[in-house]
Amino acid sequence: MEAIDEIVAEFLVESHENLDQLDRDLLALEQDPGSRELLAGIFRTIHTIKGTSGFLAFHRLEQLTHVGENLLSRLRDGRIALTDARASALLRMVDAVRDLLATIERTGAEGEKDLSALVSELSGLIEDGDPAAGVAAAADEDDAADADHDQDGEDGDGEDGDGEDGDGEDGDGEDGDGEGAEAASDAGAGAGAEDTGGGADAPAGRPLGEVLVEHGATTPDAVEIARMEQGLGDERKIGAILVEHGATTPAAVEGALESQDARRSVVDSSVRVDVELLDSLMRMVGELVLARNQLVSRLGDAKDSGLARSAQRLSLVTSELQEQVMKTRMQSVDAVWSKLPRVVRDLAKQCGRQVRLEMQGRETELDRSVLEAIKDPLTHLVRNAVDHGIEPPDVREAAGKPAEGILRLRAYHEAGQVHLEIIDDGAGINPDRIAAKALERGLVSQAQLAQMTPRDIMHLIFLPGFSTAGEVTHVSGRGVGMDVVKTRIEGIGGSVDVSSRPGKGSTFRLTIPLTLAIIPALTIGCAGRRYAVPQVSVLELVRLSGEHARGGIELISGAPVYRLRDLLLPLVHLDEQLGLVPADAETAMDREDRGGFIVVLHAEQQRFGLVVDDVLDTQEIVVKPLGRHLKGIPIYAGATILGDGAVVLILDAATLARRANVLGGAASVATVAAAEATEVIDPVLVVDIGGNRHAAIPLDKVTRLEEIPVASIERVGGREVVQYRGHIMPLARLSGLLGAYGEGSGAGERVQLVVYTRGERSVGFVVDQILDIATERPGTRSDIDDHALLGSVVVGDKVVELLDVRSAVLSADPSFFDAEDATEHEAGFLEEASR
Amino acid sequence: MNQLSTFRIGKYLFGVDVGLVQEIVRLQTITPVPLSPPEIAGLINLRGEVLTAIDLRTRLGLPPAESDRDPVNVVIRVDEEPVSLLVDEIGGVLEVSQVPFETTPSTVDAAVRDLLVGAFTLPDQLLLALNAHKVLSLSSDARAA
Repeated sequence: MEAIDEIVAEFLVESHENLDQLDRDLLALEQDPGSRELLAGIFRTIHTIKGTSGFLAFHRLEQLTHVGENLLSRLRDGRIALTDARASALLRMVDAVRDLLATIERTGAEGEKDLSALVSELSGLIEDGDPAAGVAAAADEDDAADADHDQDGEDGDGEDGDGEDGDGEDGDGEDGDGEGAEAASDAGAGAGAEDTGGGADAPAGRPLGEVLVEHGATTPDAVEIARMEQGLGDERKIGAILVEHGATTPAAVEGALESQDARRSVVDSSVRVDVELLDSLMRMVGELVLARNQLVSRLGDAKDSGLARSAQRLSLVTSELQEQVMKTRMQSVDAVWSKLPRVVRDLAKQCGRQVRLEMQGRETELDRSVLEAIKDPLTHLVRNAVDHGIEPPDVREAAGKPAEGILRLRAYHEAGQVHLEIIDDGAGINPDRIAAKALERGLVSQAQLAQMTPRDIMHLIFLPGFSTAGEVTHVSGRGVGMDVVKTRIEGIGGSVDVSSRPGKGSTFRLTIPLTLAIIPALTIGCAGRRYAVPQVSVLELVRLSGEHARGGIELISGAPVYRLRDLLLPLVHLDEQLGLVPADAETAMDREDRGGFIVVLHAEQQRFGLVVDDVLDTQEIVVKPLGRHLKGIPIYAGATILGDGAVVLILDAATLARRANVLGGAASVATVAAAEATEVIDPVLVVDIGGNRHAAIPLDKVTRLEEIPVASIERVGGREVVQYRGHIMPLARLSGLLGAYGEGSGAGERVQLVVYTRGERSVGFVVDQILDIATERPGTRSDIDDHALLGSVVVGDKVVELLDVRSAVLSADPSFFDAEDATEHEAGFLEEASR
Repeated sequence: MNQLSTFRIGKYLFGVDVGLVQEIVRLQTITPVPLSPPEIAGLINLRGEVLTAIDLRTRLGLPPAESDRDPVNVVIRVDEEPVSLLVDEIGGVLEVSQVPFETTPSTVDAAVRDLLVGAFTLPDQLLLALNAHKVLSLSSDARAA
């Protein structure tokens, strides 16, 4: 029973943490009663406690939290408001839960304290002062659920009784297997030191039959027959049956049993070690590695060959030590999985399902911190698969499937990540039902749905407040599961995906990093110092060299951009962002001919380039938190220590993007867009054309931005031209074209040009000032019947005229498009063109 | 505060409660942290741990050092977090229970005085007892950045 005690102990620790958080959340909620986020958080916490207490058969605790959960769920859905009375009752519930937990911790049982008053108070508050009909129905439903689960609880007790037998059967019922299973769960529950030896390739407690087969003492068929006999009621041990059948000898059975014992003793000889000890061991090994590196690097000067040999040996031992210590932190995924068969079994009984649980890759190892983080999400997904995925036996048979559903768990390493799959052969997820439900819950609009792919629709199940279960069930609840799963997994840098075929089943796929503390990172150089950027946000590297060097970087109203494969990439200079050089024109000039690199990053749905001096290498780094004096600087995600012992700061890509104001405007637009629908957003270049008028030019029509001296403009046949890159480029003054006859235009010595190029030909638009790159939402265009204007668009909060590039080009060079095939043009421009 | 761990910065002799001092190390490399408050000298690697190093000289508003000797790290542990204080030169541990104490040493710069618990009047000079908590709570806190 040690494993159960351990689960209880874990539950207690976890719940105490949760309750502390709950107290804070409830108090915060009183300050901000409308916060759905807080409510959802509180609801989840209570839901977790309820779920686990039900599983551990603490029925009084479960009953209490169930009522609390009902109240919270209605608060969360906004059906009732948080009054003083409700808040106090909830806080009292938290106290009562804490009392119960303390009693459980002391005595192992819930005790006899009377909770009925609190329970009825909480129930009363659910109905109190609510508008009639729907509420009564809901309350009834809750009552029904209560009654239901009480009954279930009793069933559960009954099952516990015969649970031992059942486990025996599942585990093939051989001699020694029972003990083996216990040993295995010990191994799973241990803190991490176990299993480093032979554990991975020889799981403890393997069935005797298998061992015999491996020893060549019998055949798989003979074992199968013996098992069937056991299944038919032969109560003898498998060894005895095999001997009787003449399939093996007593001596071989003895031998096999001994080898089982030997394996068990590997487990017995393990020691539980405090995780903190392991962590400090790991740190010290890290330091040893650094000291070794320093020693080795200085040996180059020494001529003492004896010393060199010793150093080499030290180096070897250090590497091995490092590897082994790293291993102690790894645990096989079985540490979490070993608890699932029981969960599945009980749940299946409760829901009237027949489920066979299959596990592949139990030996797959993860860092213990990661394992800890995936425990709850994984359990949620498994519960969901049993409750919602696999159909009742009669439904399955009617669909031509075997009555017993299969729930398969797979774990494997791939590309430096761990993949976990939860596969069921149940009803699958019906996208139409998901869509209908999401619509009903107001999570999406009809218009949004119309634009969504089936995969997008499938992902709606991860939205908070979503549940496809027809009614509230005792088991996997009210759709709290999936959003928690997603939040938790993404919280540790992983991702969740779901795929499903109606009638065939669903697959949930979790991709998680091997460890949280070690991440691959790109080391870069800037102003003589090194920095690290998490590899996960790096898209590509662009080298700035040769004649272009940094001259290839263009400025749009002071904001640098780079043309990367015909797309303008907003840039951030790292040295500027770190305040190492002033962000002014002089600096920009200085930089012109220096080489460097653009690290193309992706952060917050934005692509941008980080300009650095040097790109050094990619390596696995250990993330160290910064002290309190530096925590407040958002540009750093932490620090790390490189192989040579140097401390290097880790940069935060999202903050860099924000600091550079790249995200500023776009983010707000993106938010609006996300709220309305995911629409295509066209970036535009906003220019000042004089006379306090602004015009917008679609960015995909802008080839380059130039600044030329006014003196270089020449007149040819009544048109203004300029010599540009070996060609004669006609100019068009947008102020004249759009009829903005303000003062100012052409007053300076230099003018700004927006260059439009097609093939060999170019046209330059003369503007007063280049202001910004902004995004325009389609649908905000309104038609203005004006020459060379497509209409007006809303950029930010200003109305800006949208330039019809084609007619503007034609005004400067009527023959510009003649050489081209008309079909190449966008239909919109063709319509506008005066052909 | 009976025993003080002492160190020198410029002409001053300072001391902190010996119980706060984790260790004294001479470290070669300090990684500067751009955008951090001026008092932050940077980060150091103390046996695999990354520590913030505070330039006590700047913190006390004293002029930059004249000599180019490497500063010494006095690693103190306050609120469970080790922080390094950079000082010019390390002194010994002094027993001060019998030394006369005054809370407001008038002969000391006002900027320095704010960070002191008080001063012990040693026969030859003043030993200024630092208030470690005050020293570590930077006015120009990084949060603003």
